[in-house]
Amino acid sequence: MGIIVNKNTKAIVQGITGTQGSFHTKLMLEYGTQIVGGVTPGKGGTRVHGVPVYDTVEEAVEKHTANASIIFVPAPFAADAALEALENGIKTVVIITEHIPVKDSINVMAYANQVGATVIGPNTPGIITPEECKLGIMPAHIFKSGNVGMVSRSGTLTYEIAAGLTKRQLGQSTCVGLGGDPIVGLNFIDVLKLFEKDPQTEAVTIIGEIGGNLEELAAEYIATEDYPKPVVAFIAGRSAPPGKRMGHAGAIIMGKAGTAESKIEAFQKANVEVAEKPSDVALLLERLLKQ
Amino acid sequence: MKLLEYEAKKILAKYGIPTPRGDLATNTAQACEIAKNLKPPIAIKAQVPVAGRGKAGGILFVDSVAEVEKAAEKLFSVQIKGFPVRSLWIEERIYAEKELYFGVTVDRLNKGYVVIASAEGGMEIEEVAAKTPGKVIRFPLKAPYGFRPYHARQIAKRMGYTENQLSTLANIFYNLYKAGMYYDAELIEMNPLVETSDGNFLAVDARIIIDDNALFRHPEFKGRVLESELSPQEVEAARNDLAYVKLDGNIGVIGNGAGLVMATLDAIQLYGGKPANFLDVGGGAPSEKIAAALKIVFSDPAVKALFINILGGITRCDEVARGILKAKEKLGIKKPMVIRLVGTNEEEGKQILMEAGIPVLDSMEEAAHQVVEIVKGT
Repeated sequence: MGIIVNKNTKAIVQGITGTQGSFHTKLMLEYGTQIVGGVTPGKGGTRVHGVPVYDTVEEAVEKHTANASIIFVPAPFAADAALEALENGIKTVVIITEHIPVKDSINVMAYANQVGATVIGPNTPGIITPEECKLGIMPAHIFKSGNVGMVSRSGTLTYEIAAGLTKRQLGQSTCVGLGGDPIVGLNFIDVLKLFEKDPQTEAVTIIGEIGGNLEELAAEYIATEDYPKPVVAFIAGRSAPPGKRMGHAGAIIMGKAGTAESKIEAFQKANVEVAEKPSDVALLLERLLKQ
Repeated sequence: MKLLEYEAKKILAKYGIPTPRGDLATNTAQACEIAKNLKPPIAIKAQVPVAGRGKAGGILFVDSVAEVEKAAEKLFSVQIKGFPVRSLWIEERIYAEKELYFGVTVDRLNKGYVVIASAEGGMEIEEVAAKTPGKVIRFPLKAPYGFRPYHARQIAKRMGYTENQLSTLANIFYNLYKAGMYYDAELIEMNPLVETSDGNFLAVDARIIIDDNALFRHPEFKGRVLESELSPQEVEAARNDLAYVKLDGNIGVIGNGAGLVMATLDAIQLYGGKPANFLDVGGGAPSEKIAAALKIVFSDPAVKALFINILGGITRCDEVARGILKAKEKLGIKKPMVIRLVGTNEEEGKQILMEAGIPVLDSMEEAAHQVVEIVKGT
């Protein structure tokens, strides 16, 4: 089970012949993900790690049943690739690419909304339902199947916390990287709703960071909806100064908005435990799951 | 990329939005020359990439052309919020009957652009929103249709304008939106947009921030790095495609992934230390990039010790270890380093460093604690 992707997911890789696309296709195949085809314009007819390559998504979905796509296409062309996938009926699109212009992302999200598709990213490590399907670039060995749902705005920090959970025998149902950009397909509330319905998920970890107010809105949602599963949050950027972009395009405090304090306070108000250090997340979850 | 006022005004003018008559001066003599062709009173405005420039003393008003020289000299000799003044915009001072606000920015929650307008402008819009929230019109746009001329008219109407003024104002709004979309602005605003006593409208100040990720579509801005905006370390980092932010502590930090680096800074602070910088080497950094990162961090004289925190996914620990050694040899680093290295090719990486006599830790928090203790002891 888990959410969004599972063992029945059949994916294509857009940008499969590039360095990153090809490298991660190999790793995803090794993990057991069903990669049924790849797309790179002009490279149709070739193969990458045994996966047939097509010039267009249209052709790939004609030849294979695919319900997901993962995109490694360079930023100037990535929005076009996402729209191509959506228009050809792909319902789950993971955009790994970083540095996509905001204007392009806005158009992709509007179209995805219109056709009822799910976009993960851009600028995301992807999504993994451990031991079933990995559509992303995360190191697979740190994940283990279990009952903790993870949702995050960052990559390596998620690995840090996931590795901590796995070490303490706390497996994960699904781990979703929302993406580090200001405009991304899913927000914390969308994923909280999915985890609520997923029988495998018994607790949720939210990994947020400075910038925007999506964490605050998630906290409000948890409080007002009386969210039925325990939630532990970690917020990165307590020491970040205002007005500076901390690596991620979306990680910036504007004036007084988007601070770590505001997010932590919002979670505490909603009775969500906030971990002080990454390693505390596992300890807090252990305690809550025992109750 | 933050454009300066004069750059923003040139874009507005191109889109038919009226702005006060003026020109750019890079020295005092030029400022006086420009002023001769203007009708006093005159505004002399420092071109620095900061908001709240007026309050910080960056704008002076004079009543005669004769006074321009002294005012220009004064502005050229000061720093505004830490930025040296390299140029001045000299323009006719406009007296406002009313000051309005109009801008377009990105709305994360609605995954689209949002138009923000207010019949009370002049101060920062956040202040207006805090003081009189009822006066601020928030108008989320629906992609791909965006902002239409009738939306512009609706807003002008809501702000209380009718007849000719309604059409004029709506045109200005619509044209500003078009400029913002063309230039991939994550923020474009006129503040204040002034209504004069004879009922005309002029954008007296304007701000544009262009989406850095869209600069490939705007080659005219290529190579235009506002070096005055950046520290030497930030300039060097930008050249090496590293994300660096200068902070005011003494513990240098290098890590991979923005979230992890932020959490590393937090951990240092938690144990009572003060980070000197944020530096994200990104994913899959080769040893040269790691070496460049060390060079940048140690070029900051405030740095007393360095904490390198790597959790290798696509980043390989052996590459990181080689980069550390490269930098250590080349720069002759004597200052202490605490290294946490786990993930892809961890064993190889550790061995490379151990052989060179550099200890490696497994836990990020333990490492953060250790580096704080080391700095306390120096």
